[in-house]
Amino acid sequence: MAYKIVKKRVLNPQIFLMDVEAPLIAKKAQPGQFIILRIDEYGERVPFTVSDYDREKGTVTIIVQIVGKTTRDLAQVEEGDYLLDFAGPLGMPTPLDGIKKAAVIGGGLGTAIAYPQAKKLHEMGAEVTVITGFRDKDLIILEDELRAVSDNLIITTDDGSNGVKGFVTERLQELIDAGERFDEVIAIGPLIMMKNVCKVTEPYGIKTTVSMNPVMIDGTGMCGGCRVIVGGETKFACVDGPDFDGHKIDWDSAMKRGRMFKEYEQRSCEEGHCRIGRSNTNA
Amino acid sequence: MPNMRADKNPMPEQEPNVRNKNFLEVTTGYTEEMAKDEAQRCLNCKHKPCMQGCPVAVKIPEFISLIKDGDFESAYQKIKETNALPAVCGRVCPQETQCESKCVRGIKNEPVGIGRLERFVADWHMKNVCDVIEKPEPNGKKVAVVGSGPSGLTVAGDLAKMGYSVTVYEAFHTAGGVLMYGIPEFRLPKDIVQKEIDNLKKMGVDIQTNVIIGKTILVDELFNDMGYDAVYIGSGAGLPSFMGLDGESLNGVYSANEFLTRINLMKGYKFPEYDTPVYVGKNVAVLGGGNVAMDAARSAKRLGAENVYIVYRRSMDELPARAEEVHHAQEEGIIFRLLENPTRFIGDENGWVKQMETVKMELGEPDASGRRRPVKIEGSESICDIDTVVVAIGQTPNPLIRKTTEGLETNKRGCIVADEETGKTSKEHVYAGGDVVTGAATVILAMGAGKAAAKAIDEELRG
Repeated sequence: MAYKIVKKRVLNPQIFLMDVEAPLIAKKAQPGQFIILRIDEYGERVPFTVSDYDREKGTVTIIVQIVGKTTRDLAQVEEGDYLLDFAGPLGMPTPLDGIKKAAVIGGGLGTAIAYPQAKKLHEMGAEVTVITGFRDKDLIILEDELRAVSDNLIITTDDGSNGVKGFVTERLQELIDAGERFDEVIAIGPLIMMKNVCKVTEPYGIKTTVSMNPVMIDGTGMCGGCRVIVGGETKFACVDGPDFDGHKIDWDSAMKRGRMFKEYEQRSCEEGHCRIGRSNTNA
Repeated sequence: MPNMRADKNPMPEQEPNVRNKNFLEVTTGYTEEMAKDEAQRCLNCKHKPCMQGCPVAVKIPEFISLIKDGDFESAYQKIKETNALPAVCGRVCPQETQCESKCVRGIKNEPVGIGRLERFVADWHMKNVCDVIEKPEPNGKKVAVVGSGPSGLTVAGDLAKMGYSVTVYEAFHTAGGVLMYGIPEFRLPKDIVQKEIDNLKKMGVDIQTNVIIGKTILVDELFNDMGYDAVYIGSGAGLPSFMGLDGESLNGVYSANEFLTRINLMKGYKFPEYDTPVYVGKNVAVLGGGNVAMDAARSAKRLGAENVYIVYRRSMDELPARAEEVHHAQEEGIIFRLLENPTRFIGDENGWVKQMETVKMELGEPDASGRRRPVKIEGSESICDIDTVVVAIGQTPNPLIRKTTEGLETNKRGCIVADEETGKTSKEHVYAGGDVVTGAATVILAMGAGKAAAKAIDEELRG
């Protein structure tokens, strides 16, 4: 059993998109859920958020940013190649019912992860503001897709190279200051960004949902590696989440846990199993 | 005349100080001569007490007699009549509390080494005989098996032999369940498990990995959309328990499931050849006293830890692990800190565990389990340097299936309620067995439950 990559598209030098043939998952997936994949026999099991799905074609879209060994190797796997393992959909769907006016905030790759939520909210008839942030204008992804599913799209860059300078938190603060009243803010991106979004919304009591993406192995509640402290209680991101109330997350612990295997990642990149130059055509 | 030697033929094994640095199998198995000699110790009792101790009723005196005659293949086939996985059971069954505990030779001396003999014939068969597997005539009925651990594999094998079309669904990328992710290579080589699984496939069993029942497909969909006539749930006890102590989310604190899965299933011990890392520090504390704790401790030692402690709140007498595993662990240099219980973990500024506080315990009155209850000795707290913690205090069934399956009764521990004789659950045509019913137990009990359920499923479906 292997899973064919039917489409691959480079979104920016660090981020690419893959449509993977996985009909059982495509049939079930909901915004907020994720899959776990393994490239080949030597590979690590790594979770990726479901960015989109096509129930008719039976494909699942993931958007990948090159950050470590597996993502670097995934970048080498081409359209028409196969992934050895692809399992899901895992985790709980993001609860979106009843939301009338939402701000969906994505940071970098988080933009890709936030896209299905924005799309679903838009389809439900909610008023959707999307705020996404990138380092510079060359890294901007999914602009057209996001425009199509939002009433108001704000793209901001750290260096101002697209004409809007600053962080997503500043843009959000401006909207709140201007009198926008969101039922809910959905923030997806680096931990520090999500933490800062929560800081902005907390004084106003705006419900803020964040998506956690810690290290995990099975994704079904078995390893407990994805422990997140929420409201003083230990939760498993894979089965209890990945979405949680951002105002209750112990961010300090989450950030430290995120660094557990950092040194190994480096070593894996330098000395690990080399996949460059060989393709997964008969995986 | 039987061989009246008082003790078992010793099991050849790697030297402790060699094996605690590699992942090769600890015990290397009897030679033909040793096996024949050990077989001679069997008195071939008419009332076969040993068989009563076996959850799958292996015809023990009969297979041992065949070893005496040097007919190892027939001995293997004799075991196979009732046990689908002899090479596995010969290695991991707790014979000392089952078959061997009933052996007449064990009254005055050591019992016959039944487990060692079972393993010998299974290994002999694997080495010398090429299995000819016949695909049975299909009977037109379909059964889905959830989970590919020992109970699922047993149900699948038994039903396939009767002509059922069987599909096994496995959430992981590799079939085998705890035999693959949990029990380490040095105790149960993965090639052996793989061979058993390959044989099932040759028999026509379809194994679908990467399918999470309760997520990818729901139990009701197996019946309504996919047309299965019965479903067997053998999804095991995969949800790790934690102690709820301060500092349990620090880096360097693992559940035993995570630690062992990284090592066994993901081959973390071969990092960086394999991509999955496993961090092991200098001073490792494994919390708990069962077989899983022993496996974790011995794995940590093999990965280079200097000091590995088993921290257990009761005494040696209550230790639930098999005697053989405890003995092997001690030989390998694992330090047992008994009557001691952790109270909190202390982290450094980067969020890594660096110390553990424990308290001394003493044994009080017996509790509900019949074991003497450990009681904390006030004021006995002490702190030691620890940089890796493995929590091995137990597992409960995964909630994914019970949360998504209506009409499936479970108890307060989250275990599926099933009839002991048949595995029948509260939901029509759904059977269950193994750890998902009993809570974490042994491979052989799970296999016994699978066997019983296969029989009951066949009876129901034949009508």
